[in-house]
Amino acid sequence: MSVRRILIAASSWLLLAAPVFAVQPPPGQSEFVPVETLPPSEQLPAAPYLIAAYAFVWIAVMFYLWTIWRRLNRVEADMRALEQKTTRR
Amino acid sequence: MKKAFGPLVVIVGAMFVVAPFLIARAPYESTMGLIQKVFYYHVPSWMAMYSAIAVCGVASALYLFKNNSAADRYAVSAAELAVVFGLMGLITGPLWGRKAWGVWWQWDARLTSALLLELIFVAYLLVRAYGGPGSEKLAAGTALFGAATTPFVYYSVDIWRTVHPKTSVVPTLKPDMGIPFAFCSVAFILLFVVLLQLRLNLAERQTALDELYLAHEESS
Repeated sequence: MSVRRILIAASSWLLLAAPVFAVQPPPGQSEFVPVETLPPSEQLPAAPYLIAAYAFVWIAVMFYLWTIWRRLNRVEADMRALEQKTTRR
Repeated sequence: MKKAFGPLVVIVGAMFVVAPFLIARAPYESTMGLIQKVFYYHVPSWMAMYSAIAVCGVASALYLFKNNSAADRYAVSAAELAVVFGLMGLITGPLWGRKAWGVWWQWDARLTSALLLELIFVAYLLVRAYGGPGSEKLAAGTALFGAATTPFVYYSVDIWRTVHPKTSVVPTLKPDMGIPFAFCSVAFILLFVVLLQLRLNLAERQTALDELYLAHEESS
């Protein structure tokens, strides 16, 4: 009889204790996780990529404008040289 | 067009001054956050590239079938701009992808086909530069091939499984995101028009120089 009572008490305690342990808050942070261990998508700050993307567009436009200006200057210089050659004759 | 060029430059300049303010005020996308704002320059740069390819394709067809030399000048100018805007898309895309996907590049259908499209127009310019006499016709054929390839690049995200966002993203944008996007798209298309005019001016001067050389040789 006493064994039966002990078993009932123990199983009741387990059944009651399980939900109580289940709703316990997570344990406090036991260590700081270095950022390198996180997935790459969570490690990288977005701003440098965003700034680099916008800056590249502007650098590309400026560089292209510079190449047009340089080529136009060369063509104009060639035209002037040719016209001078023609008028000298 | 020459009369409208000055005001157009002012409008484009003003639009690119206003654009960052509109982009800054646009809401963050829920999963990508700040990096999604690359979208406001990345997609319009592809739109400008597709516009350049359309101009280059039509002009190349006119040159091939009608032997129109003015069309050839349009074709070479637009091809150069297709490479410039394509390069913008190919650089801004991986900068977005590095944060959003965790990698710079994926050999999936959209990214690979976009790279190949860029290479087709690089090939066009190389043929023009080093192909020798008659290379204009060969280059025009290359441009037509590139123009025919473009719809496959655009719809690749819907046809094949890819990590790249689908074409349905743009039409379903909420007004907060859609208005800055439309504004940037118009700004990039107008920038393309301005740069095309500048490049056409250079092509016309180069043609005038060639004619001067010919006249000079004939007279001597």
